[in-house]
Amino acid sequence: MNTLKNALETDKFIITAEAGPPKGTDVQEMLHSTSLLKEKVDAVNVTDNQSSVMRLGSLGASKLILEHGLDPIYQLTCRDRNRLAIQSDLLSAHVLGIRNVLALTGDHTQAGDHKQAKPVFDIESVQLLQVISTLNRGMDMNGNLLKGKTEFTMGATVTPEADPIEPQILKFEKKVKAGAQFFQTQAVYDTKKMEEFMETARHFPVKIIGGILLLKSAKMARFLNKFVPGIRVPDELINELEKSEKPLETGIQIAARQINEFRSICDGVHVMAIGMEDKVPLILEKAGI
Amino acid sequence: MIVTKQKPIEEIVKSLEGENNIFLVGCSVCADECQTGGETATKELIEKLKTSGKNVTGFAVINAPCHVLLTKKDLKVHKEAIDKSDAILITACGACAQSVSEIIEKPVRPASNTLFLGNIERHGHFHEHCSMCGECVISFTDGICPITNCAKGLLNGPCGGMNKGKCEISTEERPVDCAWVLIYERLKKFNHLEKFKNIQPAKNYSKHIKPDRLILERKK
Repeated sequence: MNTLKNALETDKFIITAEAGPPKGTDVQEMLHSTSLLKEKVDAVNVTDNQSSVMRLGSLGASKLILEHGLDPIYQLTCRDRNRLAIQSDLLSAHVLGIRNVLALTGDHTQAGDHKQAKPVFDIESVQLLQVISTLNRGMDMNGNLLKGKTEFTMGATVTPEADPIEPQILKFEKKVKAGAQFFQTQAVYDTKKMEEFMETARHFPVKIIGGILLLKSAKMARFLNKFVPGIRVPDELINELEKSEKPLETGIQIAARQINEFRSICDGVHVMAIGMEDKVPLILEKAGI
Repeated sequence: MIVTKQKPIEEIVKSLEGENNIFLVGCSVCADECQTGGETATKELIEKLKTSGKNVTGFAVINAPCHVLLTKKDLKVHKEAIDKSDAILITACGACAQSVSEIIEKPVRPASNTLFLGNIERHGHFHEHCSMCGECVISFTDGICPITNCAKGLLNGPCGGMNKGKCEISTEERPVDCAWVLIYERLKKFNHLEKFKNIQPAKNYSKHIKPDRLILERKK
C-alpha cells in the first residue's frame, strides 16, 4: 500500500483527503467515511490531536486506515512528544506498515481542550524532517545506528496566504532542504494567491498539494477568517454562501470548482471536510474525479 | 529581575492554617520593584494578616535574600522574633524563600508566585525575554530570543499559527507579536537574511539540567 509514493513519482494529479480520529474509541464513523474514499484518493491524512484537542492517536488510526485498504499519511506533531518519543513513534509507525509522515510543529496547547498541559516542542517541524531523513538513512538523530532503517515519504505544510509571507517562504525553503518531498498547503480560496505561491514553489523539486477546505456556511467562512491563521475566504464566496438556500451544497460546488482551478496550477489537492468526511466523494465527483 | 505577584490573601491565610505566629521576610530588590516584598508591601500584608487573626512576631526586608550568607547575617538580629514564630512567610521570590528555609528551621510559606525573569520596560511593566536555557542563541537572530519570545520556542521560523504578524496565542486583551516576524524584520534590516536560511539544530537541553549550579574558581 504505497499509492501516495507512486503518485508522487508520476505526473498524476494527487488527491488526498483527511480523517479526524474520534474523541473516544468508537472508530466506526471514521472508518465508514474513509472507506468511501477507496480508489478515489491517493492517501488519507490522519490528524494528530488536531487543534490541540485530545483524541484517538494518529498512529493507531493510521494503522486502522491502512488495514482498511487506504494509504495513510501519519500526521506527527512536536507539541506532545520529546525527541525520544517522536523517534520511537516513527519506528513504531514503520513496523506497522505506515510509509508517509506529515511533519508538523502542532498548534499550541492554548488552542485546545487541555490548556493546562505542558507543551513539549522539544524539536520543531524543520528539525523533525531532518530526524525522519536520518531515520531513513538508518541512524537516530544522534548518529547511533538503527537495527533496520525506515522508508518514509516525508511531507510538510506551508501557508501560501500567510501575512507576512516572506518568513513563511524562508521556512518553506528550509523544509525542502530538510527533506520534505511533498507539501500540503493551508486552505487557499484565492486562486491568484496560489498561482503567486506556485511561482516560488516551482523552483524546488517538491510536489505541492493545494488545500481545499469545505465551506459549510457563510458563518463558518467568517469564523475561518476571524480565527484561523492564514485562511482568507473572499467576500464573493461568503456572499455566494449567504444567498444560497442550501449552503452546504453551495460549499460542495465551491470546493469542486476550486479543485478544477487548482488542476492546472499545483500538483494535487488536499480536501479537508472537518466532520463531513462523507461528503468528500461527492466533492470529487462534482469535480469530475 | 525576578518577577513575582502576590498570592490572594485567602490563599496565604489558608497556607498558614494552624500557624498563628508569623515572621515575614521580604526583599528590597526584585520583590520591591514588583510591589510584592519591599517594606511598603510587606507592611500592607502584615495589616491584612492581623485582620485575619494572625499574630506577627516581626519582619525583615533584606537586600536580596537570595544571597544566603548575607541573609543569614541579616536575620541574626531577628532571632527572638523568629524563635517565637510558627512559620516564616516570604514576600519575595521562590529562590529567596529557599535561602530562608536553608537558614531557619521553621516551615516556610510563600506569599507570592514567582513568574519569570523579566525586563522592566517601564515602572510596573515587566516582560519576559530570557528563559535561562543555558546556551544563548540570539547571535543568529541578531538579538531576539526565539526560545522565549516564541510561544513554542521554535528555532527555524514562524509556525502556521502566525497571523498578521501576531502569535497564535495572541488575543485582543493580550496581544503577542510573532517572534519570528520580529526576527525576520531585524535580520532583513541588518542585511542578514542568510542567517534565517541556516537550519538551526535541535536545542541541546542538557546544557541546563535542573537543579543547575555554577562554582567559580577563586581569582588570585
